[in-house]
Parts: sequence; structure tokens; C-alpha cells
Amino acid sequence: MTEDGPPIGERGGERGGEPAGGTGTAPPALVRLSPLLVTLFPGAAALVAIDGAGTVADLVAALDARHPGMAARICDERPAIRRHMNVFVDGARASLATPIRPGADIFILTAISGG
Amino acid sequence: MATKTLLLLGTRKGAFLLESDAERRDWTVRGPFCEMWPINHVLGDAETGTIWAAGGNEWFGPAIWKSSDLGRSWSHSSRGLAYPEGSTPVKSAWSLAVGHGRVYAGVEPAGVFASADGGESFAEVKGLSEHPSRPYWMPGGGGLILHHVLLHPDDPERYWVAISSAGVFETRDGGISFTPRNRGVRCDYMPEDQRYPETGQCVHSIVMAAGRPDRLYQQNHCGMYRSDDGGENWVSIEQGLPSSFGFPAAAHPSDPDRVFLIPLNGDIAGRFMPDARAAVWRSADAGRTWADGRTGLPQEGAYFNVLRQAMATDRHDRPGLYFGTNSGSLYASLDEGASWSRIAENLPVIASVETMVIAA
Repeated sequence: MTEDGPPIGERGGERGGEPAGGTGTAPPALVRLSPLLVTLFPGAAALVAIDGAGTVADLVAALDARHPGMAARICDERPAIRRHMNVFVDGARASLATPIRPGADIFILTAISGG
Repeated sequence: MATKTLLLLGTRKGAFLLESDAERRDWTVRGPFCEMWPINHVLGDAETGTIWAAGGNEWFGPAIWKSSDLGRSWSHSSRGLAYPEGSTPVKSAWSLAVGHGRVYAGVEPAGVFASADGGESFAEVKGLSEHPSRPYWMPGGGGLILHHVLLHPDDPERYWVAISSAGVFETRDGGISFTPRNRGVRCDYMPEDQRYPETGQCVHSIVMAAGRPDRLYQQNHCGMYRSDDGGENWVSIEQGLPSSFGFPAAAHPSDPDRVFLIPLNGDIAGRFMPDARAAVWRSADAGRTWADGRTGLPQEGAYFNVLRQAMATDRHDRPGLYFGTNSGSLYASLDEGASWSRIAENLPVIASVETMVIAA
């Protein structure tokens, strides 16, 4: 259950439905991408399932493998999540080092501060 | 051969393209492109029709956008457009240059990156980043931005970069090393006995005279200058102009003695048109004397400015001259700056104007 809506299986429209990816035995992390981020990568889905990511850094690398260039939109060379991007893992704001449990609920969002 | 004339605009809310024929009387406007990102510079290669756009987004960082179909579709890349791990991140791309098989991108904080694959990936030009003066570079009002990359037309190893406010630097070895080129350029904001340092000048624009690569013109925060030796020495050409402050410069496309400037009323006087009356100033003798062109430009209440990269000429035999304002208007002249017409208005803040003439 996320803090701002019903469980993912109950979502409708473009935020609901079957997530793209996820083939492992442990439940994948379910990642919701900012609509602006999705727009930048033709073919990207708003809801993505990622297997085997131990940390947010791993997750970003997995997204980049699927959509080359996406890591540079989320992170900079410090390395860190960009100043005006936010990653939430199970409802808490995360850093690249934040661990991810199997089945974690993740949002990658554009921050109000950058708008 | 019938030709198509394109004006390429970088704006605060994306790239825009204006299109006309060789007559350049009627224009159509398309945009905004690049997902409305702030775009600082848009440049086209008339040989291939490829267009690149340099910008940066507060959320997503810097990118070089690219279109191979005159703006109908765009891709973006920032592969390699980053400083080494642990550095202050590249915030935005500010300037582009295309030539000798390379695409160059100037960025904020100041540095230059080169691409050998048409702008798909970039590599840092470390000779500039590692210049001994680098720790002392100070940002100008627009940030520590590298806003001009000027390529030598014949020598692929040689180019100039302009940084606010570190000054002009030149490489003659393809970016391995850079030499400051600021001799004769004032820093009025320094104590009186320190006004001609080796670096730290607040250059706003540099352009190259047509067919004469050793002649450069510079609009600086503190004066207008000409160099006849590739930037090694600069002489003031501000006498006869209404102020020593302005942002853009444009060189005539075929006459090396002709140059265009848009002086503002002064860096501490509001930075808008002198007396709120708009004018473009032109010289036909390499900056020795100046004449103002005002016909068709607003002569009262003109509280706009024209930014560093926001004036350009086209390559027609009868060249067009164009400038865009921070209030979103675009003006064109077909008589070398004597008279003007407004060809677009109500656009976002215009950061840059370039031209491209291609087969229709």
C-alpha cells in the first residue's frame, strides 16, 4: 500500500495494469516513473518492474540498460540523485545507497523545486 | 536553386524554428521543441540539414538535442556530457559549434566537450578544465557559462572559447592546451590597478570576420573590441557607441570590415535599450565609426535586452540580419541593419538566434 493511492493492482489507466519487465522468482520492485521522464524515452512505460536491484543505484542502472540515457536524467556525476529529482522507496525519500527489498514500491518523481 | 531560410531559436521554453523562402518576407513559426526545456543555443549544419539544440533542465540536467528532419522529431543525449565523478555537476549546455567532423558543446559550469559521432556522445576537453586559471574563474550574472565556441575555418586544431567571466581562451592543438586571449580587454569591476588581468574578463560574445580568421570581434561586459591577430591583442572599438555594455555581436557574412552590435544602456543602468529606444549599431570600417539603425524598431518604452547569442546573419547574397529579445520578439533586417521588421512576437525569452539556408 502506498501513501498516496491504492495498491498497484487496483490502479487504473496508464498508472495501472501489468508492469513492464520482471521475470525473476523474487517479486520485482515496482517503479513508477514521472510522466515527464516517460515522455523523454519513447517506448518507456509509466510502470516498470525491476528484478534483482539491491539499491537505488542498481535500480537506476537497470533502468538505464532498458532505456539508454535514463540514468543521466535521474542522477548526476557527484554521483547522486539530481537536486530536483526525488526517488521514494516504500514511501521514504531515498538516496542512491538506499537498499531495495523484493517487491519494493518505488516512485521516481520530478520535485516541485525544479518546476 | 530555390532555397529555404530557417531561423533557429533557443528560448527559455524550448527551441523554435522559423521558416521562409529566399525572399524572407513571410515566416512560419514552429515549436516549442525539445519538450519545452530551456534551450540556450540551436545550431544547424546546412550541408546535412541536421539541427542540434543545447540546453538543460532543472530536473533532468544537460542535454544536446538533435533533429535530422528539420525539427519534426528530436532525440537527446548527454552521454559523456559530465565531469569526472565527484565534480560539481554539469548544469546545462550553453553553446554549440560544428565543423571539421566534430560537434562541440560549451557548458555550465564552464567547460567544453567534443563529439566525434555527430553529437551522440561527448568527451570532456580536459585541456580547458585543467587550465591553471580554472580555480579562479568567477561566474558572471548568468552563471559560469561557456557561451561561445568559435572554430577556425581551416585549422581543425584551432578554436576559441568564451567564458563569463573568465575571458577568451584559444587552443591551437585540438584542446590539449589553452592560452588566455584577453590582452587589452578591461575589467572595470576590478580595482584601478588591476583592470587588465590575464584572465577574469567578462566576455559576452565573440565572432569571426568573414574570410579573415585572425580578425575577431568581441562584445564584453566592459567594452567592444577587435583583434586582428587571432585574439592575442584586442583594441577598443567602443568610441561612437552609446555605451560600453551589451551582449551580442554579429559579423557580416562576406565583408570582414562589417560588424553589428546592440549596446544596452549600461551594466548598472538597467541593461535595456539606451533611452528605451531600440537600435542596432553597425560599422563598415571594422569598428572605427558606427551608425545606428532604428527604422522599424520601437522608439519608446523599449525596456528589453538582447542576450549573448541572440543576433545572427544569414548566408544569402543580400544577407539578412536577425535578433531576438528577452521579451520574445524577433526582428529582421534585409538592408544590413538600417531598417527592421518584427517577424515574431510573444515568444518565450529568446536566448539565441542562428540561421540555416538549405535547398528547398
